Amino acid sequence: MSDNKQIIFYVGSGTCGLAAGAQAVWDTLLEEVKRRGLNAVAKKVGCMGLCEREPMVDVRLPGSVRVSFGNVDVKGLRRILDSYVENGVIPGELLLGTALGEPDYEAVVEPEPNGQAKLVKVPNMMELPFMSKQCRRVLANCGRIDPESIEEYIAAGGYDALRKAIGQTPQWVVDEVTRSGLRGRGGAGFPTGRKWSTALEQEDTQKYIICNADEGDPGAFMDRGLLEGDPHRVLEGIVIGGYAIGANKGYMYVRAEYPLAIERIEKALEQMRAKRLLGENILGSGFNFDIEIKMGAGAFVCGEETALMASIEGGRGVPRPKPPFPAVKGLWGHPTIINNVETFANVPDIIAKGAEWFASVGTEKSKGTKVFSLTGKVRNSGLIEVPMGITLQEIIFDLGGGIVDNGTFKAAQIGGPSGGCLPAALLSTSIDYDSLIQAGAMMGSGGLVVMDNHTCMVEVARYFLSFTKTESCGRCTPCREGTTRLYELLERVLTPQRVVDAEIERIPAELRSLMGARRHIEAEEFIGEIYELAGVIKDTAACQLGATTPNPILSTLRHFESEYRAHLMDQICPAGACKQFLTYTIDASLCQGCGLCKAECPSNAISGEKKEVHVIDQELCSHCGNCVDACAFGAISGLSVKMELVG
Amino acid sequence: MGVQTEVVSATEKRSTLIARLHEVQEREGYLPAVEIAAIAKEMGMSAAQVMGVATFYNHFRLRPPGKHSIKVCDGTACHVKGSNKLLDRIEAELNIQPGESTEDGMFTLHVVACLGACSMAPAMVIDDDVHGRVSPRQLKRILNSYRRRQ
Amino acid sequence: MAVTNTAALAANGQIKSRKLVNITVDGHEYQVGADQTLLEGLREAGIKVPTLCNWQGLHPAGACRVCVVELEGARTLVASCTQPIVDGMVVRTQTPRVRLARKINLELQLANHPEDCFYCQRNNNCELQTLAAEYGVERRYRGKRKQALNDVTSYALMRDPEKCILCQRCVTTCADVQAVACITPLKRGFDTTIGVAFGEGIGDSECVNCGQCTKVCPTGALVERDDLAKVYTALADPTKYVVAQIAPAVRVSLAQEFGMSPGADFTGKLVAGLKLVGFTKVFDTNYAADLTIMEEAAELVGRVKNNGPFPLVTSCCPAWIKFAEQYYPDHLENLSSCKSPQMMMGAVLHSEYAKKTEATRDGTFVVSMMPCTAKKWEMNKVSEGDVDVVLTTRELVRMLKREQINLAELEPVSFDPVFGASTWAPAIFGVSGGVAEAAIRTAYQMVTGEELPVPDFTPVRGLEGVKTTVVDVNGVQLRSAVISGLQNVRDFFAQGGWEDYHFIEVMACPGGCINGGGQPYSEHWPLRRLMESLYGIDKNMSWRRSHENPEIVDLYEQYLGAPNSEKAHHLLHRSYVDRSMDYLPQ
Repeated sequence: MSDNKQIIFYVGSGTCGLAAGAQAVWDTLLEEVKRRGLNAVAKKVGCMGLCEREPMVDVRLPGSVRVSFGNVDVKGLRRILDSYVENGVIPGELLLGTALGEPDYEAVVEPEPNGQAKLVKVPNMMELPFMSKQCRRVLANCGRIDPESIEEYIAAGGYDALRKAIGQTPQWVVDEVTRSGLRGRGGAGFPTGRKWSTALEQEDTQKYIICNADEGDPGAFMDRGLLEGDPHRVLEGIVIGGYAIGANKGYMYVRAEYPLAIERIEKALEQMRAKRLLGENILGSGFNFDIEIKMGAGAFVCGEETALMASIEGGRGVPRPKPPFPAVKGLWGHPTIINNVETFANVPDIIAKGAEWFASVGTEKSKGTKVFSLTGKVRNSGLIEVPMGITLQEIIFDLGGGIVDNGTFKAAQIGGPSGGCLPAALLSTSIDYDSLIQAGAMMGSGGLVVMDNHTCMVEVARYFLSFTKTESCGRCTPCREGTTRLYELLERVLTPQRVVDAEIERIPAELRSLMGARRHIEAEEFIGEIYELAGVIKDTAACQLGATTPNPILSTLRHFESEYRAHLMDQICPAGACKQFLTYTIDASLCQGCGLCKAECPSNAISGEKKEVHVIDQELCSHCGNCVDACAFGAISGLSVKMELVG
Repeated sequence: MGVQTEVVSATEKRSTLIARLHEVQEREGYLPAVEIAAIAKEMGMSAAQVMGVATFYNHFRLRPPGKHSIKVCDGTACHVKGSNKLLDRIEAELNIQPGESTEDGMFTLHVVACLGACSMAPAMVIDDDVHGRVSPRQLKRILNSYRRRQ
Repeated sequence: MAVTNTAALAANGQIKSRKLVNITVDGHEYQVGADQTLLEGLREAGIKVPTLCNWQGLHPAGACRVCVVELEGARTLVASCTQPIVDGMVVRTQTPRVRLARKINLELQLANHPEDCFYCQRNNNCELQTLAAEYGVERRYRGKRKQALNDVTSYALMRDPEKCILCQRCVTTCADVQAVACITPLKRGFDTTIGVAFGEGIGDSECVNCGQCTKVCPTGALVERDDLAKVYTALADPTKYVVAQIAPAVRVSLAQEFGMSPGADFTGKLVAGLKLVGFTKVFDTNYAADLTIMEEAAELVGRVKNNGPFPLVTSCCPAWIKFAEQYYPDHLENLSSCKSPQMMMGAVLHSEYAKKTEATRDGTFVVSMMPCTAKKWEMNKVSEGDVDVVLTTRELVRMLKREQINLAELEPVSFDPVFGASTWAPAIFGVSGGVAEAAIRTAYQMVTGEELPVPDFTPVRGLEGVKTTVVDVNGVQLRSAVISGLQNVRDFFAQGGWEDYHFIEVMACPGGCINGGGQPYSEHWPLRRLMESLYGIDKNMSWRRSHENPEIVDLYEQYLGAPNSEKAHHLLHRSYVDRSMDYLPQ
């Protein structure tokens, strides 16, 4: 319970909340507070991670606990005001529970199953399936505190770690981080302490520390969530890192696509300077350190550390050869440490609570927690933080609530475009660096995309390749040329080579089987060619982005080679996802002859008089699928029809 | 020693290049050639080198954009939920490819990787408004509302 | 088996004492220098490693990935061009894995490259073609190709972006060696191209036409503009009196193209060859170079008398002149007003020479044989009819080969005299420092009335980018500097103190004209031998000072009067324009 005299409203105002309409909720809230003459304050907070429940609003009535509501649109907000704020009755359909860290609470919730409102125990949000298996350390403050208030961060224990660190030697800080077992959260999982130690050993009067917030992995928003929800945690980590390696200058390299995050970092930096947590003689220790924001400009490859440095220096984001490694020779030739947002966000707790505390969670070689953005065909998508060692099964089915529309799980893509996919057989895989590598994927920065039985894995590989292809810096041959050729090979798999039935009829039966055999051999050779090219790209590309470009193909081939074969040999898409492989037909018993499909068909393949059954001409059909969407009666469907050549 | 300081300041100046380009684009809506030449002079680089940087990054445009910018998200979540279908429709409706502007100067189309509105997939942003869960059929109505807005 | 090449290299003076490392390559042990890349180390050990992007002296790009090797302990193959060599490295260069990787990377290049070798200026002289043949490539990848128009905007160079393999050598050369950076990578990924900032092509850019990029290009993507057709047309035209002039550097740059040892003096053989091709007369550009020296030395002496403006900067090199007009428009008064030697020669041939022979002013067709691409630009933009066609050394070789002329087999023939008797003029103008040396020899004589005690003026000799010296001329301490390579020029003028010099010689190409942009292709171009050859020719001359050249003496006595006379000015001098705004967008 708290002793506040005012009503406090917390409106989730991360990018995801804003996309879901949080701004309108905010505006309405201010209006209503005025109109109703409420003694209230409103605060904007970051994201809790429950994307499906945005916009989210928390309310703390005077002397009461903080209660969280989800899916609060303008109408929902009015209902909360009418019912809960004015009358103390919780609207049950919006209730998520008491906010994180709050005690249980009894309140009147309506409507009750029996139709009578009565006092019931309001559970804590943590009991939501989405939250219960999480271990919120890095995200602890996200959605709880006002990210634009350094006081709230400090009240939550912020900057204690920095104070402690600068009371110790840099070597002590590095040792503590080393002992914690923290590994880089940006992808490859290199031990952070070892990296820092290398930089500390370098004898150079100028060293740099860079926070890589160029989150370019499509479908990942961990860094955004953190920077919008709790920027001070990350910044504190950077200052500690700077102290540990002997740097006096830090850079924050943020995507230009994250304006809100940039705004909040800027504010946070100002607040830090005002409190002497940044600048000359930090906290009177004699340690000088400042952080500058560098905005990216849209280049995935700048997530690669040497490309990022080239970009900070004002050049094209082209990776540089390693060695020399940045910790030895980085920005402008000086020792430079680059870690990602989540890595830095882990540092304050390691220093404040100790390496042992940090290592108390996780597996033998992967300590602590990992933040994922869970998306795709999963019921609860959002930002989650789980202990290392949790299984994929638990994430998808317990936290994620399983597959949407009662579909079946097919695979999860982990590690973004450079990662790999894990099929159902590997659901029990432990989520840690080494198990994932062993399973043919990688931790990556935390993108986790769930795919169901309606997802075509060849198409998934094509999608990721089309992304990396356009994001190649263009410097080295295998990545620039090879990725395009690999993409073209995939496009050929995805382009029907159908021979229409009438033509097959004309081929003598004994030749038909020969043709079938040839198709088999060609398919084998084709798949061999993909492996060979993918192998050479992996083996010779100049940087990690290039070398990992073939991963989505290699891992889908590894687990779903039959899907490739089905496209090549049988001319079908087993998932039924590739429209170009579908045969569209109109069910005569359902067609009302309304003509909507005919109007939507771009290739004039549909014919039929008004009120008569319509027909699709297969030779003209361009397989766009518009007609399926257009039909209001569900009369049109696309089916995979296997092309029979043998016999 | 004097030479040393000059080198440092030259590299430091150069490190502000991308920020300068952002600034110009913010002001002009794109990067006019005269501005590129001016920045090159200021940075002690050749105009070609500045152009090399400007064309490397997705964010920078060398032509004036349309009145309204359409950003279609092709992040993984949106892709899985049919963003390419949405994109097809926009391309057909406006008769432009990503990166291009309509002839009447009304719209510029961009494909972006993840707007961070994954729960609203498939999402697009027109100017500053997020349109989530856009079905191809709603599209025409949305576009027309911007046309009327002028 | 331990093989040491260090001793041999040290004997050649190429390396001083240095640290060594031991490496194992394909099972054999080698001892090579420590501070270098693995590629350099392998080459030092005598192992051939193919590459399409590495180039001696240029910062390695690591772009082509053809130089990959297996390195024990490395997960993937490593690019030897960017891998620092480390003691104890175990390397394999001939495994199936290496062979396949190289082959596929070549095939990937070819899949995006026009297959029109027959029609390419680099046919049989192309690094990509050579490696493709060596690695037995197959035509495996078909798909989209880059499409781009040929860039024909320049008078000097031609670009075919479709043939570009993005090795970055030209970009590095243009930026790091020549400090121009008019070409640069644009866009990214598969769409990456090498291009200019604004306009249609390099002709619209700050390109100074030095042609250094054409020398490093591994394919036919960047070549000199081929002007042979114009020469053949003129030769076939009975109304034309077609004459050739040969620049000093050209004569020592042909031997290896005809199977002889590099650097050999082919002067007389070339004169004979050109006569066979059909040139009516063949002249020595050195004649005009001597003329330039007379005029320039007189200018220098004049400035010494008038106390400035200093320094007087040479104007022989058209790439340097364009560079100066673009980047130093406030200091154009420092440039000597002398036309370049090829222009002076053309001017004399079209005027005084035509008057005294059967040739006519309009009928005289002057073809310059130059080591230089910038001279093509100069001919078109500045010379106003002094010269009709400029051929580079490479075009010259192509012409001779097309005529089935093997210079190696020909008996030397003397140059035709411009005036009076035929002479052989000294040829040191072809190397950085040559103009300064000749000018100092003559200026000394003009001021003191005496000859420089020793004609060999070694302080300005050598291949260093910047050389400075002071000569006492009648009590005046004449300070001169010799600079070659435009990056060196930029640094020299940026660091201050240049105003203290009296005389500065500038050549755009590092090392001078012997390293010109129109010279034959070779990564290991024997600059030093060419230079020694030119100084060797000079040493054997009966007279070695421009003012002693009897033909020059003749010209002044009969036609021009004195150096810097009004007539001389009209014929042999020029003016400059501010080009700093020429290549900016509107």
